[in-house]
Amino acid sequence: MHGPIRASAMSRTRLISLLAPGLGHLLVGRRAAAAILLPAWLLLVILVIGAWPRIVGVPRTGSLDDWIALGTLATALLAVWGYAYYDLQRPARAADAAVSQWRIAMRQFRRNRLALIGLGCIILLYLATLLTPFIAPYDPIAQRDIAQTSLLPPSADHWFGTDRFGRDMLSRVLYGARISLAIGFIATTISITVGTLLGAIAGYAGGRIDAALMRFTDMVLAFPRLVLLILIVALFEQSLVVITLVLGLTQWPTTTRIVRGDVLSLREREFIQAARALGFGHVRIVLRHLVPNVLAPVIVSATLGIGNTIVMEAGLSFLNLGPPPPTPTWGNLVADGKDRLLNAWWIATFPGMAIVLVVLAFNLVGDGLRDALDPRLRTQG
Amino acid sequence: MAAFVLRRLLGAVPLLLGIATLIFFVLHLAPGDPTASLFGPQVAPEVIEQTRRHFGLDQPIHVQYVKWLAATVTGNFGWSLNQGRPVADVVLDALPNTLVLTITSIVLVFLLGTLIGVYQAVRQYSTGDNVLTVVALFFYSMPAFWLALMMVLIFSLKAYQWGWPIHFPPTGVTDINYEFLSPAAKLRDRLVHLVLPVTTLTLALAAGIARYTRGQMLEVVRQDYIRTARAKGLPERTVILKHALRNSLLPVITLLGLYLPFLFSGTVFVEYIFAWPGMGRVIVESIGRRDYPVIMATSFIFAALTVVGNLLADVLYAWADPRIRYE
Repeated sequence: MHGPIRASAMSRTRLISLLAPGLGHLLVGRRAAAAILLPAWLLLVILVIGAWPRIVGVPRTGSLDDWIALGTLATALLAVWGYAYYDLQRPARAADAAVSQWRIAMRQFRRNRLALIGLGCIILLYLATLLTPFIAPYDPIAQRDIAQTSLLPPSADHWFGTDRFGRDMLSRVLYGARISLAIGFIATTISITVGTLLGAIAGYAGGRIDAALMRFTDMVLAFPRLVLLILIVALFEQSLVVITLVLGLTQWPTTTRIVRGDVLSLREREFIQAARALGFGHVRIVLRHLVPNVLAPVIVSATLGIGNTIVMEAGLSFLNLGPPPPTPTWGNLVADGKDRLLNAWWIATFPGMAIVLVVLAFNLVGDGLRDALDPRLRTQG
Repeated sequence: MAAFVLRRLLGAVPLLLGIATLIFFVLHLAPGDPTASLFGPQVAPEVIEQTRRHFGLDQPIHVQYVKWLAATVTGNFGWSLNQGRPVADVVLDALPNTLVLTITSIVLVFLLGTLIGVYQAVRQYSTGDNVLTVVALFFYSMPAFWLALMMVLIFSLKAYQWGWPIHFPPTGVTDINYEFLSPAAKLRDRLVHLVLPVTTLTLALAAGIARYTRGQMLEVVRQDYIRTARAKGLPERTVILKHALRNSLLPVITLLGLYLPFLFSGTVFVEYIFAWPGMGRVIVESIGRRDYPVIMATSFIFAALTVVGNLLADVLYAWADPRIRYE
């Protein structure tokens, strides 16, 4: 039949795809994939060209940040390139081949345009934080000629203006992003782990253990989180590690409650009885049989939790209880602008907008995931 | 009903004791000596030792704990290390200001939130609904301290600079010349000072309530009894406001209780930025000065207010929904 002809046409598109990922998809008519791959590729190429002097300079400066950025850039380029190539090779999947719960959820999620935009924002932001050394127009800590560059309003040279020491605000916001996003991610990982385990134990064990754990959870929940955080951070050491740990260890109660509720109903189900009848230990039942079944709400609460944690960290930094200066964090950048609102509005405004953007993105994704994973909890009817 | 309230009250007691214990041990595990800020480097060690004994800091921790707990339960919060007056006085000065702020906000949160939520549910997927959803999510994602600063920037400083007809004072509870105003002008002055702090506190939480009310309304509207109400020819207004809204509002009461910690967190920032002499400002200032008795008292009272608020929400819920009482 027309097999050989098709194959050669295919290989030509694949060749094109090797030159410019996404273009091949466009030729085959897969516009949606092309609309993501092509801009991604262009963006990366522009970045490589624009940051070429800095990329070449990496081996000379040799700082860890630069190497991480270089690694990220290479990975991103390879990922887009390789994905485009192999994706073209793959035959189109039949629409009804999807069967698993997760795949159904994924299809649901893909239909939610707002959530996809949020996800795109998050990916871009995390990429930006990793690539900061190549993107940031200036050194965030360098004070250049203060008389010349202090408190400049936003302009083409300094998109976000400069602060009182003449430091470029855009660079500071970019560098601040790494602290905020990293703390958000790590602290939420801690809180989700603790919260899920405690909730599963409470729900599975029942009785006194359950009662004791839940009273403790109520107690932590009754505490305004910020007050507890201020207390601990102000009294102990004010370092990145302590702040991350404390943020992680004050966020878990909501997760614990959700997980416990689900486990309570799950543990009477047949598959858990079967696991018990097979003589599995408690640890195995909890970790292998219960926890995987409550992951959906946990993922949702993790996504929303990251946004929450970022706001909390920014709040602590704003009260000067965050990582010590000169490390820029979004919170202490806003605090810098607090007393100069009238003559330098840009200092407080832009870092705050960054916070709003990130938290909004996480909330959009969280809502999307909730709608996709847990139809009971839908926010939209 | 009385039995229900009593049961809930009794349940709150161990919770409060637990919170007090938590605060006590967090403070005592912290490094640094509470008397350190009282003395300069020239002071003889004997004097420091004597002061420590005077404050009971030389006793074993469980003795200190029991003494402190006994004092706290009887309402004796001790003596502020920096302000030279009883902690109870400090708290009594600050608490009314905080309550004015929080109570006004929570009432507005409820009214504004449910109003918007109901509107959105009735006009589901209309332009108004979509716009409000996005706006609500936007405010919901906004940190309170940044919103407060933007409020000051736009509605106070810039409004004045640009010569807007109305601009609000950026700080304080009253104007400097408050004492010399007529009663009517005094009231107006206080209200004007409330506008920006209350708006800041209200917006984020009202957005959350609106989101929730909308979802809840949409859920209720699908129920059979709503169809029955419509089928028997009731006007749409009655169906929505009497049959649907009442049932949707029940969980909102609980949610309001759960929002209290967020409200108090917001209060800390709002009071700090607007120089509002309330509990939040007191706690931030005393942390800076290591004024331990004040820190302990204020954080305990914040937690206690949360517990009491949740209790109130529970009781309100039980009052509104008889099914809960007889559980």
